[in-house]
Amino acid sequence: MFNIIEKRKILFTIPCIIILAGIICFFVFGGLNTDIDFTGGTAMEIELGEEFNEDAIRDAINPVEGVTVSSVQSSGDQKAIVKTTDIPQDKFEAVQQALKTAFPESEIISRDSVSATMGKEMWLNAAKAIILAVILMLVYIGFRFDLWSGLAAICALVHDVLIVISVYAIFQLPINSTFIAALLTVLGYSINATIVVFDRVRENSRLIRKQSFDSIVNTSVWQTLGRSINTTVTTLITLVCLYILGVTSIKDFMLPLIISVVCGCYSSVFLSGQFWAIFKGAKKKQ
Amino acid sequence: MKAKSITKFVIACLLTAIVAYVAAYGLNLGFIDKFIPASFDNDFGIKKGFDLAGGSVIVFEPEVEDLGAVSEEDISAAVAALRLRLDSNGLNEALVSEQVSDNQKRLRVEIPAVTDPNEAIEYLGATASLSFKDPDGKEVLNGSHVEEAIPTSTQDGKIVVQLKFSGEGQSLFSEATARLVGQQLSIYIDNNLISSPKVNEAINSDTCIIEGDFDSESAKLLANQITSGTLPFALKPISQNSVGAQLGDDALNRSLMAGGIGLILVMLFMVIMYRMCGLIADIALIGYVSIVALILNGFDIQLTLPGIAGIILTIGTAVDANVVIFERIKEEIKTGKTLRASVDSGFNRAFTAIIDANITTIIAAVVLWYFGTGTIIGFAKTLFIGTIVSMFTAIIVTKFLLRQLVGFGIKNPKLYSA
Repeated sequence: MFNIIEKRKILFTIPCIIILAGIICFFVFGGLNTDIDFTGGTAMEIELGEEFNEDAIRDAINPVEGVTVSSVQSSGDQKAIVKTTDIPQDKFEAVQQALKTAFPESEIISRDSVSATMGKEMWLNAAKAIILAVILMLVYIGFRFDLWSGLAAICALVHDVLIVISVYAIFQLPINSTFIAALLTVLGYSINATIVVFDRVRENSRLIRKQSFDSIVNTSVWQTLGRSINTTVTTLITLVCLYILGVTSIKDFMLPLIISVVCGCYSSVFLSGQFWAIFKGAKKKQ
Repeated sequence: MKAKSITKFVIACLLTAIVAYVAAYGLNLGFIDKFIPASFDNDFGIKKGFDLAGGSVIVFEPEVEDLGAVSEEDISAAVAALRLRLDSNGLNEALVSEQVSDNQKRLRVEIPAVTDPNEAIEYLGATASLSFKDPDGKEVLNGSHVEEAIPTSTQDGKIVVQLKFSGEGQSLFSEATARLVGQQLSIYIDNNLISSPKVNEAINSDTCIIEGDFDSESAKLLANQITSGTLPFALKPISQNSVGAQLGDDALNRSLMAGGIGLILVMLFMVIMYRMCGLIADIALIGYVSIVALILNGFDIQLTLPGIAGIILTIGTAVDANVVIFERIKEEIKTGKTLRASVDSGFNRAFTAIIDANITTIIAAVVLWYFGTGTIIGFAKTLFIGTIVSMFTAIIVTKFLLRQLVGFGIKNPKLYSA
């Protein structure tokens, strides 16, 4: 067992590398892979009823006036997810017709249209709700522990959010409503885990008064490690099962959740206590 | 002591088994069939959101220049009109709701599977404003003067829409026809000219027919639209999301299977890690899943994909509470305390951590439920319910069972946790 306070540099460097990679990828790939939920557009899942190649689908739909295919992605046996600019109601039948002509057996099994203004609004609303939730959670933590622990929890959460965004940038995962769910999960999960560690620190501070706060944090993190690991494993078991067995929409949903859970575990074990110790130390020196 | 503990333990296990059985298979109370329906009963079980059951969600926005000028009354009137239009098309299960805030005025329509959303958009979105105009283009009467419209056919087999006027409508109509003898009276729907019959004489009647290029379908549609009331504005669809029923079915079945396998693996993991304690956690977990299913069912809470994510997360928290407790008990045993003392102090020490963690989660869930939209609400609801239930099962049920287990007199600490 190493002392997490002494290894602070390494523990901080790892997430920094991931975030840096995220920033680099952000510029290399020209931003995040924003999905129709964000930019507005239409996504359709099409059952083609025959083998297909992506260009054939593009060639079939693109001639419809006012509709441009932005991506075609195979989603299993003879199925494809096609994303286009927002298809207005009166153009939808034309798209259906065009598909039928190229693929007689084809059928559109799901369709999702979002106008650009609606997309922006959804994000604004989600951001407002999440920020409000975080502020209230931190008020509670500040009240139950101390002000510095609330700040430390904020730092851990900011880390989590940055890591999740970086992973999205690196793997160019689509930014859509599942992204919001991932953020919510990482917040809930990470705060949960952080509190278990903080609770131990609070208890140990009362019991072992002789030691420095740094070493109390270190002891507490190792004492709660069994719990941190076992809880992460049990949550991951369910998530991975759903990822392996789920349909495409579930898979898309589970991957970010898996990343969130791992990331939340890391930050609650190695970072949140550290932040608390740093803030407390800084306060003492003054 | 020992016998008493065993009895209590067995009774608690039986109760859990009964709750699980009722959640899975429902309960028939003699004369009341399906007093508590089975969770996965197709008709009476847990309501599935459209992303699981298949169906469409269409969000409409008034097609007007200035949204700020649209009053809340207009929106409510539009909701009522949409409701009638859906009902008259046999879509009784469809849901209409308004989404009104400072900067948005919207109508959300959720239609269960088997319908063609495009058709729905067409008949829901049109204002169906009926207007009778004189040759100068002046409106003499409109849809609000019509009490009822029915599709019918004339003697020569022509399909027409018959209108029945209100009292005021009848007098307006007779005045107009008296004034316009020999001239044309034009009938418009949504500013499209439908017909322009020549007025031969003053008509004092409470009915009138509209001739036009109708087939039985379009006549029925128009009649429905007129009867259900004119929309104060046309509606344009700003987002539409539909999932085929088959896709939804597939999503649900595979999620359930994955959830089941996941749950079994988690239970195995707990037994391997914490032996007897793990077994108790598993019993509590079965109780947890069953109670959540009963609540979702009893309160008619729709289960959606994000909702499933919320449940998975709370299964995590439910197990987490037990992990925190058992790890604590393990530590206490290591310090050389007796089993009974270890269990008690393990619980007490773990308690603050669990309460603080759960209260923060509940704060988040409530805020997201109240302020969130769409995806977020489904997640927040199950997160809230799951967290509350898990506090009961993971703390109270586990503690009760664990106490009885200590009373069995099994002394080997190894059996309690590895």
